[in-house]
Amino acid sequence: MVAISVDQPAPRSHVIAVSDLSFTWPGRNGFALAIERFVLPARERLLLIGPSGSGKSTFLGLICGILTPQVGRIDVLGTDIAGLSAAARDAYRAEHFGIIFQMFNLLPYGTVIDNVLLPLSFAPERRRRVIAKGSAEQEAARLLRRLGLAAELVRGPLAAKLSVGQQQRVAAARALIGAPELIVADEPTSALDRDRQTAFLDLLFSETSEAGATLIMVSHDESLAARFDRVMRLDEITLAGQKDNS
Amino acid sequence: MIVLRLALQSLRNRWVTALLTVLAIAVSIVLLLGVEKIRTGARQSFADTISGTDLIVGARSGSLNLLLYSVFRIGNATNNVSWQSYQDILARPEVAWAVPLSLGDSHHGFRVLGTTGDYFKHYRFRQTQGLTFGAGAPFDDLFDAVVGADVAAALGYRVGDPIVVSHGLGSVSFIEHDDKPFRVSGILAKTGTPVDRTVHVSLEAIEAIHVDWQSGGRIPGQSVSADEVRGMDLKPKAITAALVGLKSKLATFRLQREINEYRAEPLSAILPGAALQELWGLVGIAETALTVVSAMVVATALLGMVTMILTTLNERRREMAILRSVGARPRTILALLMAEAGVLTLTGIALGIVLLYIGLLALQPYVDRSYGLNLPIDAPKPAELVSLLSIAVAGCLAGLLPALRAYRLSVADGMTVRT
Repeated sequence: MVAISVDQPAPRSHVIAVSDLSFTWPGRNGFALAIERFVLPARERLLLIGPSGSGKSTFLGLICGILTPQVGRIDVLGTDIAGLSAAARDAYRAEHFGIIFQMFNLLPYGTVIDNVLLPLSFAPERRRRVIAKGSAEQEAARLLRRLGLAAELVRGPLAAKLSVGQQQRVAAARALIGAPELIVADEPTSALDRDRQTAFLDLLFSETSEAGATLIMVSHDESLAARFDRVMRLDEITLAGQKDNS
Repeated sequence: MIVLRLALQSLRNRWVTALLTVLAIAVSIVLLLGVEKIRTGARQSFADTISGTDLIVGARSGSLNLLLYSVFRIGNATNNVSWQSYQDILARPEVAWAVPLSLGDSHHGFRVLGTTGDYFKHYRFRQTQGLTFGAGAPFDDLFDAVVGADVAAALGYRVGDPIVVSHGLGSVSFIEHDDKPFRVSGILAKTGTPVDRTVHVSLEAIEAIHVDWQSGGRIPGQSVSADEVRGMDLKPKAITAALVGLKSKLATFRLQREINEYRAEPLSAILPGAALQELWGLVGIAETALTVVSAMVVATALLGMVTMILTTLNERRREMAILRSVGARPRTILALLMAEAGVLTLTGIALGIVLLYIGLLALQPYVDRSYGLNLPIDAPKPAELVSLLSIAVAGCLAGLLPALRAYRLSVADGMTVRT
């Protein structure tokens, strides 16, 4: 993979801009996160590195609008999501974010297709985009095929029957469906062995650039760094880590 | 909608616990509605036992006691009515008919009732139905007996069979009127009333089997044979009670008062309907207790459902985190969990109703035959529908408990599950 793709002309200068942000968990032994400035240019592939407990999950929660900072702005695609109501933030996340977890991404009792289609129930804009191309099921199947899931697995079984690697591909398809602007991946490869890690990242990269999406991936594995446009350590952008634990 | 489909699939994924929860609710519903059916069935059966009789006359006692021993063969008379008093009442101009009843003996646990042929003519049950003979005819000879359907069925009697009446009311008696056996002259058709469990003989026969008796035992050394007794004066000296029919219902209360004030002997006259009301007042407490118990069972079932949902909540935090990550609002998760409780409750109620009617259809003939209880198979009454509706609402509200907890968890967890 070519590591440099930033010099493509971007429609927006950045998809995320955080400024003067301060967040403290309510009543949780004072864990706090403060970010003076953080900017994510459009279409960038950012690797965020930090040991566990460094506030990665808190940071992602803030970016995705699940947590709200006590102070500061979080601009996502030009909207200050910190200023939105909780319901509007949930709707905003549904519309603009595709999220992949470390593990347990799928609803185990749902079919593969249903799992992929799930975000469309909450994101009318993404649904419209998908339906413009044909049916939602077709698009889900197309994504799954492109992500290398065998055809018989696409139609068939419950998500619980898939291997971990297959589940991560389904999760990627769910994140990508309807072309959200931002893909957030929280250690998506840590449950995979090295070969499958590489294969999964190849697929994720090609699909995100195909869709023109920006990718934030969180990992503690610095060996992945070479493949990203930018690598950032969380402690580089945060002012305060764990107040009490440090 | 995919979210709802996934919620149902989630439930199906836990089908064993879900099924048990639904069954618990269904059984509680069967109990609740079943108690109501039995209650109305029992009331109806009691109310249907006697109709067409305007007054029941007996020795001075509580009206309930008089009703129970004269009609339902429950309990015993405290005293008798003299034959003279009975004749006086019969002679009243407003009285259309009066049927004497004489109780006190039994046959294999079935009561023996001394009466007249008029009994078969005037006794009415289920509003208008009269007694009909399944076989044979009313008693004709002094030692003829007419048995109820249950007596015939239980003891395998056919017309012409000989039977021996026992003194007293125990099912096993050591004192038998074996010197004067009876012959079955007729078998009554099934009525679903205590008549089925009664052996009917003539008043004279009751007198005849007791001619050589005194104070509940045979007079030693004095034995009158069956043939000798036919020649004796068998006019009864006393009866236990009498059913009275009037020419006009308007006279009912006046005659009742006059009988109650009868000078020659302390008597009671009761209206069967009024006495039944008194009975309902008495058993009403038991009925309420039963209803309360079944309501508790319903509450227990709903509590079980809440427990079931609550215990699965921890393992479903990932599910909720995933839903949150794709944009579901905490409120959506609240609604999903309440919907789950609602689906379980409604399925339980529906299954309960189905089970109840299957049970009613299967058991109704048996219950009618064995207990003379005619269980109504009809649509649920408005009151029952209201209680079903309140159970459905209560189920959804009970779902609020786990739903609120899930709401709090999903707000706190966000997309990361700390387990």
